[in-house]
Amino acid sequence: MKWILTENNKKINSLEIPTISIEDLKHDLKNMNLRVVGFFGKQEFENIRLYVTLADDKNGIFYISSVLFNPNEKSYESLTQDFPAFHIFEREFYEEFGIKPLNHPWLKPIRHNQDKYPFFSMRGEDVHEVAVGPIHAGVIEPGHFRFMCQGEKVYDLEIMLGYQHRGIEELILNSSNFNNRLAESICGDTVIGHNMAYSMVMESLSDTKISEKSKIIRRIALELERMAVHIGDMGAISGDMAYLPGASIFGTTRTLVINTMLEICGSRFGRGLINVGGINFDIDHSMEQKIIAMLDEVLHITQKTVKVMLKKSSCISRMEKTGFVSTENARLLGAVGMAARSSGVNIDSRFDFKDEFYQLIGKKLNFKATGDVYSRFRLRYEEVLQSANFIKNLLEILRQYNKQNLKSEIGFVSPNSFVISSVEGWRGEIVHIAITGANSELLRYKIKDSSFNNWYMLAMAVRNNGISDFPLCNKSFNLSYCGNDL
Amino acid sequence: MLDIFINIFILLTVPFLMIGVIKKTKAFWSGRKGINIFQPFWDFLRLLNKETVYSSTTSWIFKITPIINFSVIFFASLFVPMANGLAIINIPFAFIIFSYVLALGKFFTLISALDTGSSFEGMGASREACFSTLVEPAFFIAIGSITALTQNYTFQSLKLILENAGIYGYLVITLAIITLFIMLLIECSRVPVDDPATHLELTMIHEVMILDNSGIDLALILWTSAIKMFLFASLISALIIPTGLPQIISILLFLSIIFIISIIIGTIESSTARYRMTHVFEFVFIMSITALLILTLVTYKLYGN
Repeated sequence: MKWILTENNKKINSLEIPTISIEDLKHDLKNMNLRVVGFFGKQEFENIRLYVTLADDKNGIFYISSVLFNPNEKSYESLTQDFPAFHIFEREFYEEFGIKPLNHPWLKPIRHNQDKYPFFSMRGEDVHEVAVGPIHAGVIEPGHFRFMCQGEKVYDLEIMLGYQHRGIEELILNSSNFNNRLAESICGDTVIGHNMAYSMVMESLSDTKISEKSKIIRRIALELERMAVHIGDMGAISGDMAYLPGASIFGTTRTLVINTMLEICGSRFGRGLINVGGINFDIDHSMEQKIIAMLDEVLHITQKTVKVMLKKSSCISRMEKTGFVSTENARLLGAVGMAARSSGVNIDSRFDFKDEFYQLIGKKLNFKATGDVYSRFRLRYEEVLQSANFIKNLLEILRQYNKQNLKSEIGFVSPNSFVISSVEGWRGEIVHIAITGANSELLRYKIKDSSFNNWYMLAMAVRNNGISDFPLCNKSFNLSYCGNDL
Repeated sequence: MLDIFINIFILLTVPFLMIGVIKKTKAFWSGRKGINIFQPFWDFLRLLNKETVYSSTTSWIFKITPIINFSVIFFASLFVPMANGLAIINIPFAFIIFSYVLALGKFFTLISALDTGSSFEGMGASREACFSTLVEPAFFIAIGSITALTQNYTFQSLKLILENAGIYGYLVITLAIITLFIMLLIECSRVPVDDPATHLELTMIHEVMILDNSGIDLALILWTSAIKMFLFASLISALIIPTGLPQIISILLFLSIIFIISIIIGTIESSTARYRMTHVFEFVFIMSITALLILTLVTYKLYGN
């Protein structure tokens, strides 16, 4: 047995995870044709154990295995050569443990050593470099972008991040108790998504069964977050192409959604709503009415504005064929989430990994992807409509569980366990993996935000576009800096 | 004499009001209350009180550019017919002086942008130079043809089209309005050519060239660009206002045309997305084509029979 199979949020014994050789891993990767969701090391006495987690999206199963490196093994033949989706994972593993993937085509720092970053550079007549950031003109996070251009045309974009590195994984390992406030700070625009993943990992580790009621309210919050960010980003895309009505109308509409979140839990971004063992705030009958009224208003405004916008030739001409990423490239790069779906890679953890509630309320969006900014704009719009529908259905189901508790008793964390939890945040798949030791202590906590996979997709999208279209491409992805930097 | 005073008074006050009206219109269309229409003027005064900061990479070129630009625009404005259809200095071929004096200002803006050594400003300079090269021939073809039609070769003769061309005059005026209006959008960097409100350096044309300016320099630059827009609007109004009106009515008509042009600019900015940089050229060519049409009509009128 070379791989152990598990499901989303299911605890397995970490000692049962098999050890395979790197050749076997390569061989299996070729045969299994699965997507990588976890590729990280853990110190095991003097050895380093590399955990590999693959996702079988069709059957909703995770495959887990590990490779052991003894202290003398300082390198291995890189997997990226055959499987480009591993590129960022191998860079991360090299940066954290110093085991070098040989012949890696793009072995560069991702979070540390920015001062020694080896930039790609082009020489030739008319070629010029444009360096942007790390501090930008807008209210965005720090990150450095370097464009290689010929005139207005971008040949290559190199993205250097790491300015937001806070060591969140270590902070989680070192916190004595469950620390949801820390999980909420992994990425400020995906508070619910990350907090939900963290809580589910911890609940699975401690065999805590939470009430149906709190499960439903968590999902309502997740969809509210999705709606709010998507609407906000539609406004930002309009703003970047100087379409004023879009920018102002979507901006105010987003406020309606986040203000409802404020009424539910006292924070516009849903901080403090979810805790390990349940949730902190209830949605009662009057709140339910408020949410439904808000949804109707938001849908009305959004539908009307999008209808006008998509009839405007100047808007469409700006978005169409801008920032194109083909399905093939998106799949090769291991893109996830809405960015992947907009390029025709139809993966969505809400439905790929069986979820008791999402199965009841709907199915995957049937979206005709074109891979450009227009596709990402329209996908956001359709996801807003879908989420509003989901929230209404969830509120209906919620009524049956009116009497249930918000919080449940939390059990003891089990020793020697491995749990993987995947949540579809608004940006895409969020994966949290926890491994405990013999004394139930956390040995490794691995976080993978969807931005981690997707940043390179942005670099691909900008190629051969005008440099003045970069802000528009960037907004259409709206990737997270701190989610990548951790 | 009175005309000169009125013109100077208008020149000092109206350009900022134009910017204010545009901003107010945009606020109206996006459902916001918006700023006071005098705000651009207060901003100007605020900037005058601020310290001017110079980057250590810049030379004297960067320092003198705002002053050169302002003097150049002020000089150019002396030739433009404003209130009552009268220019302060009315000489033949003033449009050539007007155009090249503005080009001098633009030249300094470009080299001052390059002087900062920033890659953004260099990009902005190259874009600005590219679009200006396309505007210049269209300006000469359009205005040159019209002045040739009136056999007068002055800017003031813009209002004499109807008297000289009869029924063709209406067509020439319409085409000239379109040409000058597109020229205004390009030269004064308004949507859909450029977005004056954006913070994204990579997409800017004009704004990116003045990123390093501050304090009094920035105040002068803002005033210069406001006056520039006002001058193009004045040229448009010179085409529209008929001759022989009482002075007071003529001035009121002039001011209301400036006001309407501001509202139209604001409305365009509120309802159109900006064109992609490569598509802007198609928009620029509309202007070149209308200018050539004017030339054709005028040639037909003068030599057709």
